[in-house]
Amino acid sequence: MTIRKDLPSIFDDFSEARRNGFMAAKNFKETDRPMIGTFCTFMPQEIPLAIGAATVSLCATSDETIEAAEKDLPRNLCPLIKSSYGFGKTDKCPFFYFSDLVVGETTCDGKRKMFEMMGEFKPVHVMQLPQGPDQQHAHLVWKDEIILLKETIEKQFNVTITEEQIKETISIKNRERKALKEFYELGKLNPPAISGMDILKVLYGSTFKFEKEDTINELTELTARVKEEYVAGKKLESKPRILVTGCPIGGVTDKLVKAIEDNGGVVVFYENCMGAKAIEDLVDESNEDVYDALAEKYLKIGCSCMSPNKARFEMLGRAIDEFQVDAVVEAVLQACHTYAIETATVKDFVNNKKNKPYISVETDYSTSDIGQLNTRMAAFIEML
Amino acid sequence: MYSIGIDSGSATTKGVLYDGEKIIDKVIVPTGANPRRAMEAIYDKLYRENAYTVTTGYGRALLKVADKQVTEITCHGKGAAFLDNQISAIIDIGGQDSKVILLDRDKNIKDFLMNDKCAAGTGRFLEVIMRLLQEDLCDFDDYVSGASGTKISSMCAVFAESEVVSLLAQDVSGPSVAMGIIESISQRTANFAKKLPIDGKVFFSGGLAQIESIRKTMEKELGLEMTTHEDAQFAGAIGAAVIGYQHMSRK
Repeated sequence: MTIRKDLPSIFDDFSEARRNGFMAAKNFKETDRPMIGTFCTFMPQEIPLAIGAATVSLCATSDETIEAAEKDLPRNLCPLIKSSYGFGKTDKCPFFYFSDLVVGETTCDGKRKMFEMMGEFKPVHVMQLPQGPDQQHAHLVWKDEIILLKETIEKQFNVTITEEQIKETISIKNRERKALKEFYELGKLNPPAISGMDILKVLYGSTFKFEKEDTINELTELTARVKEEYVAGKKLESKPRILVTGCPIGGVTDKLVKAIEDNGGVVVFYENCMGAKAIEDLVDESNEDVYDALAEKYLKIGCSCMSPNKARFEMLGRAIDEFQVDAVVEAVLQACHTYAIETATVKDFVNNKKNKPYISVETDYSTSDIGQLNTRMAAFIEML
Repeated sequence: MYSIGIDSGSATTKGVLYDGEKIIDKVIVPTGANPRRAMEAIYDKLYRENAYTVTTGYGRALLKVADKQVTEITCHGKGAAFLDNQISAIIDIGGQDSKVILLDRDKNIKDFLMNDKCAAGTGRFLEVIMRLLQEDLCDFDDYVSGASGTKISSMCAVFAESEVVSLLAQDVSGPSVAMGIIESISQRTANFAKKLPIDGKVFFSGGLAQIESIRKTMEKELGLEMTTHEDAQFAGAIGAAVIGYQHMSRK
């Protein structure tokens, strides 16, 4: 299979930011290395990294292709699925365009079936994720799925992946996780050193960088620099400290964080997919069986698709204490059943176990609810 | 010392003048197409030198001379507790949204829910149906007197409108349809309110609160005592004025 490098004319009228992402992706592809697109943190990046590939998140962040997606998909479906499918179908996403393989996973029914349709126009490999993390067989199934992913990649790119290579990428990914964690733990500082918007920009931006060593160095430098300036007196005003949790909302998180921070709060911790959820736990480097070690780490991700989902509540509880959180805001995407249902348990946990206020808001990828979000966030922060 | 509270709602704009103890003047005008002008008109009417002005509601950012903006949730809570200090919760059915507010012992806001995604639980729904029935909302109690409600099963205001058209075609009476709509709004609002641990005496505000048959139906659906006040429609503006006065006194 040949690696796609061409610049289709459609990208020409793209916004500057996206063009930068596009150029970075194009430059990466010039080095003759594959790019693997993913939709979820459950995908063990250590496997594609072992062949020198880059992994890139394809979760779309705007509603611009939803209309195109609705030609094939039902309207009453989560906007993340519709938008991601739409970007793939219309070739408007450079990362999708440059992905030689898309790895999906069965975190929800919508994605499971959408990937079947996406497979019609793109090479797609779907990992069957077991959703009862406490069962012994879940561990065995997931380990098997990780080996299957390795074999698919070996076959598609005509390479052999050794356990030595995986050990190496486990170590790189662990170092990246530690660097990200040290960065977002700046959120523990009280009064805050940086705004939640700045934390978000870094967490989100780091998923569009393709050279892990560079990312690790940049993050480490950035964290050190913020700490230095903090010690030298550069502190933000103390405000109600907010923890953000809920659905993967990628770029839309912007509007929620803006509504929180424009109305008198500061976001100090992100529990959702882009935040700590998949970063916090490391892969056990002392385990000689690399697949076993990977299966163990990835099954610990506290996603609402898991039942029971103890990991999420452990992390929420710990973060509320360690980051001195005053209140919790949860964002739920329309038609995301598992997160929507779990809001009741999260509210009960936050209100009654941690004695903190909690609010959940339903949103989508549009900008039409910014006024309503502002009113809700302002009222919530007035209440604190 | 005076404070002015102005509540820019989707249907009407309300304003009150407060002297720290009682409401000494109040004004209500239709919001119309120009919420800014409605707020300015009220401000001019209530104007006192050095009065501290707080705005709330959808158009709260529009009045340039205001000293402070506070959301309608906080203002409604404060305003309702000012009108009746025995309450522990507020249900407000407005022109384009509905909200439930829980108060703590000190009448501060403990929790709230807001429905602004669906017209079927709001005053707008009843307005649309009454227009269809060619009846005036002001005479509602007389209109539905003695009627029992027909079940309206549609979950959406737009579909319910076509359901009403077919009910009328089946010769179901207008008052029975109107009662059906009230029962539907009340059930929806009660279910929504019960998502919070609501208890005690509940204050009912918004335009519909003045209609007795609606308040009775709400009480039945909710299973709690509901109270209101002749100035309930001004609750948001009163809350804004009270907050403004407290703010001024602290300075």
